[in-house]
Amino acid sequence: MSSATRPIKPKKNIVRRWVIFIALALLYIWALSGVPVEGFKETAGQISKAIVSGIFSPDWDYVYLPEGEDLLRGLLDTLAIAILGTFISAFLCIPFAFWAANNMSKIKANAGIGKFFLSFVRTFPELVMALLFIKMVGPGSFAGVLALGLHSIGMLGKLFSEEVENIDFGPSEALKATGARPLQTLWFAVFPQVLPGFISYTLYRFEINLRSASVLGIIGAGGIGTPLIFAMQSRDWSRVGIILLGIIVMVTIVDIISGYLRKKIV
Amino acid sequence: MNQVNEQKIPKAPSKWKHYFTFILILLLLWGSAYQTDSTFKELIEGFPNMFSVLDQMIPPNWAYFDNIIGAMLDTIRMAVLGTTIGAVIAIPFAIFSASNMIKSTWVYYPVRFLLNLVRTIPELLLAAIFVAIFGLGPLPGIFALGIFSTGIIAKLTYEAIEGIDKGPLESMTAVGANKIQWIMFSVVPQVAAYYVSYVLYSFEINVRAAAILGLVGAGGIGEYYDRTLGFLEYDKVSTIIIFTLLVVLIIDYISTKLRENLL
Repeated sequence: MSSATRPIKPKKNIVRRWVIFIALALLYIWALSGVPVEGFKETAGQISKAIVSGIFSPDWDYVYLPEGEDLLRGLLDTLAIAILGTFISAFLCIPFAFWAANNMSKIKANAGIGKFFLSFVRTFPELVMALLFIKMVGPGSFAGVLALGLHSIGMLGKLFSEEVENIDFGPSEALKATGARPLQTLWFAVFPQVLPGFISYTLYRFEINLRSASVLGIIGAGGIGTPLIFAMQSRDWSRVGIILLGIIVMVTIVDIISGYLRKKIV
Repeated sequence: MNQVNEQKIPKAPSKWKHYFTFILILLLLWGSAYQTDSTFKELIEGFPNMFSVLDQMIPPNWAYFDNIIGAMLDTIRMAVLGTTIGAVIAIPFAIFSASNMIKSTWVYYPVRFLLNLVRTIPELLLAAIFVAIFGLGPLPGIFALGIFSTGIIAKLTYEAIEGIDKGPLESMTAVGANKIQWIMFSVVPQVAAYYVSYVLYSFEINVRAAAILGLVGAGGIGEYYDRTLGFLEYDKVSTIIIFTLLVVLIIDYISTKLRENLL
C-alpha cells in the first residue's frame, strides 16, 4: 500500500476572480458616488414613530362608512380591477400565444417576432401604461383595467405559448384522420391539453395583478391606492395603517384561495 | 364471463360542474365591470383620444435624451444599491427560515411569515412610505427596493437551502465543526451559485421597479413622467419610454447570460 497522498487543492482561476472583484468594486464606486448624502431629515425619527404607532393603532372606523369611500369599497374596487384586467388579458393573449409558439408556425422567424413582441409588452411598465390610459379615458378604475389588461398580455402570452409548445400532436393527428375540421381539431385535441395550464397561469397572473391594482390608485387609476395616497399626504397614519392591513389581508386570502385552486387544477 | 358482455357505453360525465363554473365566472365579470364602470361605450368613446395621444407620441423627441440620461443612471444606481442591501439582509433571513438549518418550528415559521408579509406590500407603497419619512430623492427609493428584494431573495434562497444534499452537512457534523464552519463549508458551496443567480434576478426586477418609483417622488427616471405628462408633452414621454425599454432589455440580456453561466 502506497502512502496516501494529500489531494491537490483544486487550482482556481485567480485571474477571473480578480476581474470579477475589480468589476464589482468599480460598479459600487460608481453607484455610491451618485447618491446624494445630505443626511436624513431631522424629522425622520419623529415621522417614523408616528407611522409605526399609526400602523399599530389602525383607524377601525374606516373599514365601513355608510356614505361611501371606505376600506371595503376600495378593496372591492381593487379586486374588480384585477379580475377584469386579468380576464381581458387571458382572452387577448391566446392568439399571441399561438403566434409565439415554435411548433405552431412553419417559419421559425415568425415565432421569434411573436416572442419579441411579447417581451416588449412585458417590459413596458404597467404604471406608465396606466398613466397613458388616464390621458385617454380619464382617471378612474377603467384606466386601471385597461392598463392591467394590456400589460398582462406580455407575461401570460409567454407562459401560454410555452404551454402550447409542449402539446402532444397525437390527438390532433387522430382527429384529422377521422376527418375533423380545423376548428374541431382545435377544440377537441388542442384545447383540452392546454386548458389546465392556461387556467393555472391566469390565476397566477391574477395574484400579481391584485398587487398591482392596489398601487394603481396612487397615480389615479382607481382602487384602494387613491385613499391610501390621500391619507399619506394628510399624514393620517392610523388610516394608512388600516389600509395597509386591508391590502395585506386581501392579498393573503386571495393567494391562499388561488394557490388551492391551482393545486387542484394541475 | 357474463360481465364482459354486459359492458355498457360509459356515461358521459355530468356537465353541471362546467355550467356552474361558467355562470360563476360570468357573474364575477359582470360584477367587476359594474364596480369599475367599465363599458364598451366608454372604450369606444375613448378611441379617438387614444389615437390622438399615440399620434402625438410619434415621432419621439430625440433631443430630450440629454435631459434624462442623468436620471436614467440614477435609476440604475438605485437598483444596484437596493439589490445589494436586499442581498445582504436576505442571508440571515434565508438561514433562519430554512427547516434544515434551524430545527425549531418556532423559529422558521415566524420568519417565513414575516417574509410573506414583506412580499405582499408592493414596492411602490414602500417607496411612498419612505418618501414620507426621508423626504424626496433616491434614498427612500433605495430603501424600498432593499426591503422588497429582501423578500424575494430570502424566499428563493431558503428554498435552495432546503434542497441541498445532506451528505456534506452530516460529515461536517461528524468531524465536529461548529455552527459557523458547518454553514461555511457545507451549505455555502452548495447554494452560492443559486444565491448569486437570485440576486441577479432580483436586480432585473429592481431595475424595472426603480424606473417607476419616481412617480411617488423616490428618485430616478419616473419623476420625468409626471413632469412631461403634466404638460402634455407626449413626444418626450415616448422618448423616456423608449430609453427605459432599451436599458431594461440590455440589463435583462446581460443578467440572463450571467445567470446561464452560473447554473
